[in-house]
Amino acid sequence: MVYLTRKLEFSASHRYHNPALSAEENRRIFGKCNNPHGHGHNYTLEVTIAGEPDPVTGMVLDLKELKEILDREITQRMDHRFLNYEVAELQGQIPTCENVARVIWNLLEPKIPQGHLHRVRLYESADLFADCYRDGARGTA
Amino acid sequence: MKDTLQLELGRRYHFAASHRLHSGKLSEQENCRIFGKCSNPYGHGHNYTVEVRFSGDVNPTTGMIANLADLDAFVNEQVIEPFDRRSLQDEVPEFRESVPTTENLCIEIFRRLKSFPIAKLASVRVEETSNNSFAYAGE
Repeated sequence: MVYLTRKLEFSASHRYHNPALSAEENRRIFGKCNNPHGHGHNYTLEVTIAGEPDPVTGMVLDLKELKEILDREITQRMDHRFLNYEVAELQGQIPTCENVARVIWNLLEPKIPQGHLHRVRLYESADLFADCYRDGARGTA
Repeated sequence: MKDTLQLELGRRYHFAASHRLHSGKLSEQENCRIFGKCSNPYGHGHNYTVEVRFSGDVNPTTGMIANLADLDAFVNEQVIEPFDRRSLQDEVPEFRESVPTTENLCIEIFRRLKSFPIAKLASVRVEETSNNSFAYAGE
């Protein structure tokens, strides 16, 4: 098995707020991330595909194709957007790094034509990230 | 059936400390041969980066595996406060007997963080410099 990783960056704003909680609880739990006007990050996404290289092309998955999938599914959907209001898949969820990583996994997994999605790692900043993978794959690559 | 999705929260922390690689069980000559300039009696320092990963269920109310305020407070208390701007072999009791290599540092940090009550510690990776890193995921 070979693991191929493609990185991309996008910028987006978000706000942590749960309408089921009081204003005071929201402030206590989410702190400054509860600011009503939102705030933004430069996100870095690493997408890892696992597979065997094709005997003819030598590729696990053509990077051009992966780049197009990432552009269509992620960049066009999330780049320069307010995640809470403009990304349908995040409706009703707090757009934490964990939840955004899971949404990205669910968007990408059915679209990968060769090999399979192994890991999604989403950096909200250099010091904070979330990893998403299927249980069985833990610890590889 | 496919395995279920698993999420991990990753966080990086930074501290600076000095250490000296020297074993009381070896002769001066052996220490010099094995540890080279890292055995300099006055020690030397690094800017360490600690990358921790925690696994757990995402709390449906907060959208989080662990609130960063809780995680940061725990890591600060257990690792950053006791290690930052310290001499590891002189000021961290666990390194009085064992050599403060970054391998041992990784294991010690894992030991200190595995009791985090909110999520399960999955791994600790320590970068001693941007070129050297060590990881430990428990026994």
